[in-house]
Amino acid sequence: MHDVSASPASHQHTAPSGFLRKYVFSLDHKVIGKQYYGLALVSVFVGMILSWLLRLHLAYPNWHIPLLGKFSATGAPDGVMTPEYYLSLLTMHGTLMVFFVLTNAPFAAFGNYFLPIQIGAEDMAFPRFNMMSFWTTFLAFVVMMASFFVADGPPISGWTAYAPLSAVGGDAGPGLALGQNLWAISIVLFCVASLLGALNFIATTLDLRTKGMSLARMPYSTWAWFVTSVIALLAFAVLLPACILLILDRVAGTSFFIPAGLILSDKLQPHSGGSPLLWQHLFWFFGHPEVYIAILPSIGIIATILPVFTRKPLLGPRALVGSMIAIGFLSYMVWGHHMFVSGMNPFSANLFSVPTLIITIPATIMTLLLTASVYGGRMRFDTPALFCLGFISVFISGGISGFYLAQPSLDTYLHATYFVVAHFHFVMALASLFGVFAGTYFWFPKMFGRMMNETLGKWHFWLTFLGVYCVFMPMHYLGLVGNVRRYSAFVDDYLAPLIPVHKFITIAALLTGAAQLIFFFNLFWSRFRGSIASVNPWEATSLEWSTTSPPPFDNFGGHHLVVENGPNEFGAEAPDGTDFVMQAAPRKGA
Amino acid sequence: MRTELFLSVTGVVLLATAVGAGSPAPPANATISGKVTYTGTPPKMKPIDMAKEPSCAKQHATPVLTENVATGPENALQFVVVYISAGGSQAEPSTQVARYDQKGCQYLPHVLPMQTGQVLQIYNDDQTSHNIHPLAKVNPEWNKSQPAGSQPIDTKYEKPEFIPVKCNIHPWMHGYFVVLNTSHYAVTGQDGAFSLKGLPPGKYTVSAWQEQYGAQTQEVTITGAETKTVNFTFKALPY
Amino acid sequence: MGRVFAIVLTLITLVSVAFFVMHTWWLPPDISTTGPAVDHQFEETLIGTGVLFLAGQLLLGWFAWNASDKTKKVRPFPGGATPLVTAAIVLVGIEVFTLTFVGSKAWGAIYLAPADPLALKIDVQAEQFAFYFRYAGPDGKFGSVHPEKIDDGSGNYFGLDPANDEAARDDIVAASLVVPINTPVALTLHSKDVGHSFYVRELRVQQDFVPGLDIPLHFTATQIGKYEIVCTQLCGLGHYNMKAYLEVMSAEDFQQWLKTQAGQ
Repeated sequence: MHDVSASPASHQHTAPSGFLRKYVFSLDHKVIGKQYYGLALVSVFVGMILSWLLRLHLAYPNWHIPLLGKFSATGAPDGVMTPEYYLSLLTMHGTLMVFFVLTNAPFAAFGNYFLPIQIGAEDMAFPRFNMMSFWTTFLAFVVMMASFFVADGPPISGWTAYAPLSAVGGDAGPGLALGQNLWAISIVLFCVASLLGALNFIATTLDLRTKGMSLARMPYSTWAWFVTSVIALLAFAVLLPACILLILDRVAGTSFFIPAGLILSDKLQPHSGGSPLLWQHLFWFFGHPEVYIAILPSIGIIATILPVFTRKPLLGPRALVGSMIAIGFLSYMVWGHHMFVSGMNPFSANLFSVPTLIITIPATIMTLLLTASVYGGRMRFDTPALFCLGFISVFISGGISGFYLAQPSLDTYLHATYFVVAHFHFVMALASLFGVFAGTYFWFPKMFGRMMNETLGKWHFWLTFLGVYCVFMPMHYLGLVGNVRRYSAFVDDYLAPLIPVHKFITIAALLTGAAQLIFFFNLFWSRFRGSIASVNPWEATSLEWSTTSPPPFDNFGGHHLVVENGPNEFGAEAPDGTDFVMQAAPRKGA
Repeated sequence: MRTELFLSVTGVVLLATAVGAGSPAPPANATISGKVTYTGTPPKMKPIDMAKEPSCAKQHATPVLTENVATGPENALQFVVVYISAGGSQAEPSTQVARYDQKGCQYLPHVLPMQTGQVLQIYNDDQTSHNIHPLAKVNPEWNKSQPAGSQPIDTKYEKPEFIPVKCNIHPWMHGYFVVLNTSHYAVTGQDGAFSLKGLPPGKYTVSAWQEQYGAQTQEVTITGAETKTVNFTFKALPY
Repeated sequence: MGRVFAIVLTLITLVSVAFFVMHTWWLPPDISTTGPAVDHQFEETLIGTGVLFLAGQLLLGWFAWNASDKTKKVRPFPGGATPLVTAAIVLVGIEVFTLTFVGSKAWGAIYLAPADPLALKIDVQAEQFAFYFRYAGPDGKFGSVHPEKIDDGSGNYFGLDPANDEAARDDIVAASLVVPINTPVALTLHSKDVGHSFYVRELRVQQDFVPGLDIPLHFTATQIGKYEIVCTQLCGLGHYNMKAYLEVMSAEDFQQWLKTQAGQ
């Protein structure tokens, strides 16, 4: 390892002291990364409990849940959920999961922790912005959770908050007064935090790479965080004003999204001139790139982890990175596929379906490259590897259902059914989350200096892998029958025979959720009792494995690494007899 | 001098009290009764198609009709609230419970009068959820879901008001809470007849309110234990 | 462990595919002139995606099985990345463009083709939480609607003004969509309050109601029967209970129904 002490863009800062500076208002990207991860952990726990409540209500609508009745007497009188409370919990489930889990964990948490280290930097380009990003996100979370405790409860308009339901205020129904205001304010704060975070990632990646770390030599996880940041910068920049316009419609008497002549609660609403479709355009212009913000970091994480366990290079890394960039670019052209039957000109459906189907090409390329990278490997089936394989499987499943929804002629039947619910849970909840699991098991030793328990990890994987297929594969079949989504009860004639399927899904969901407790337990137990980890327990190549476990406050202890290799040097016999060459080692191990 | 003044005043006070305590309250046994009818052609009431709620639809052998202008034989007007709107003493708060039922996806009774501060209990007797939404403007406006089989809702209104009631889930459901600050009220039946009993002597304003045609008033003076007849006639239009 | 993964994955894949292929849970029979084209598109897509799904999952399982053989040395993928990427672009590209062009005909027949000029016109209003349908009545003219005159309690769902508007007096307002068989029907969809959607599975159509817009939708029903129209756009607490029935009748029955409605 060459040691060059003067490096072009390095930040010298002294180690922090004092409890608040070290652990609370820290400027250290590693602490901030862990804070984001902790927030995501709380959010996913709440989101999971919400999903249990929703599934229980659907399968067993007459059950009394006393704890729920105590939590909200209006929402669940006598422990039985009202129709509006079901929608409140549904809205919060979606909002927490999409924003506070899937944008936070793979992107903000792991990205914050590992992007600077993987490029050999001492910290992010803007450590103060970084701290502000986290605490603004935290504030957004508090505001969002506050909606549970106001009189009418959380909003009932879904995480998509379509206008005019979300815009006219309390006349449209319970939860749409204060609850919806809190939701919109929370999202505004979240957008601000994400924009700051994206700026930070971009500046850091472009400016702070250590000597020899060309863009071509960056690990695929770093590439993914970088591309995701560019997408996020443009996407959140649209959601932010959209939510501000929504707030104005609600409190300032404007009519961006509300046309004239609407009668709600027998009252003529005092608005005119607005367009509900405008909200949908603004929301989905953000919303579609958002789902790629949720998945790309996980793809990058899997692409980084997989070669470590197959002990051979990732196949086609340039095509993989090129596909990530292509997806980022195309993601801005497809938003109308959420709006095929929305009332916009039906000809535009043809226009939007073309790039939507084209986007399957880079997605297929990435899936094929990841799958083919397994071929011919000498695989070590530790837990991170199992989650990599699981990721590929669920990503294939989720991608395939996309083929149906991308076609307007099929979407006319499948739109707003459980087929869509199956599709986005496979690609987001499962694929993206498997990336987070893989990353956790992989990077835990580096972050905490201890290994996670391997037996518990394997149990967690198998129960989760089987469980999620039992939960979400049947939802495709429900969709094919035409089971509409976002219903709090199934009272229509054609839905009655499907109740047994819903019961199966509910039981599978409860069991799979219970299996996650193994993961939670493993995290906390290993933090204090896991076996001590070496500097590079997985024999990986990227720069984080060239420093201690955990890294010192400036990541490399004052060393400025010089990089001479890419991240993909696995498989061939290295001069020192091992089968890999680290990025910080001399060129090809010489 | 001062002692005499004191004794006189005390004497007068004692005398007045004796007179006051001894004299009985005037008898409250007069009645104001009559009929509410219409002239002209009222609109045809429309049958309500409850197809979207089969559990309610099957409770009605023939579809129920809308009730905004409900009529009876001999031009009688049903669901008219007749009440004392002025005169008389302050009403005693009622200890009875006013009961409102949601049955067969209808509000029973269609018009429910009650006193300010009286306890109102709302029942869901159906197999479907209802969401009861009284559209109060003077009193607080609220709406609450009542899943099938849930407990009745207990509430009360403190200010007099004619409150339309709707169900957020079943648009055809329509009724009224009529909150009054008198205990003398009646709702006409199919025969259009009403009777306000137990009235002490005095000058009264009697009001008749129909949801589509508004209110009319008449002045009545009661002198003793009599029955005064007061009739109301509303002008009906076909639309 | 790799072998276990391969076996589990294969089982999951085969069971999942079986339910699709056997049509255990599938679309109900279609009753519309535009239905067969949509169903054909479904079957084509099922075959195409079924092959991709099977290939992808089974290959993954096979590679995982092979990679657990510790006796073998690490081997590169035959041919490397370039043929794989090229094959992906070409094959997926072909599938994509085929689906787009064939599917656009099915889509166009429903949403782009104009309604038959002699179609039976029906005005549809969606509101929290019911659908109401309006026929022009014997005079063949629709009365104008006035939102401020809407009064659900008296059955004036559309806000008609029969006192001042002659054309409105004979308009037939119903809670069910009743149509004659094999007759083009032209709906105009408008919303009283928030967004809703019109979905009839058997017709293979779905169309959102957008407040402020009057949206056309046409179809021709080919089978007598009673079918559910359900709302698919989240519209508030009663969304789950927002439905109406589509009743397709013979032409004679339909005329009889119109007469009965006009008399009420």
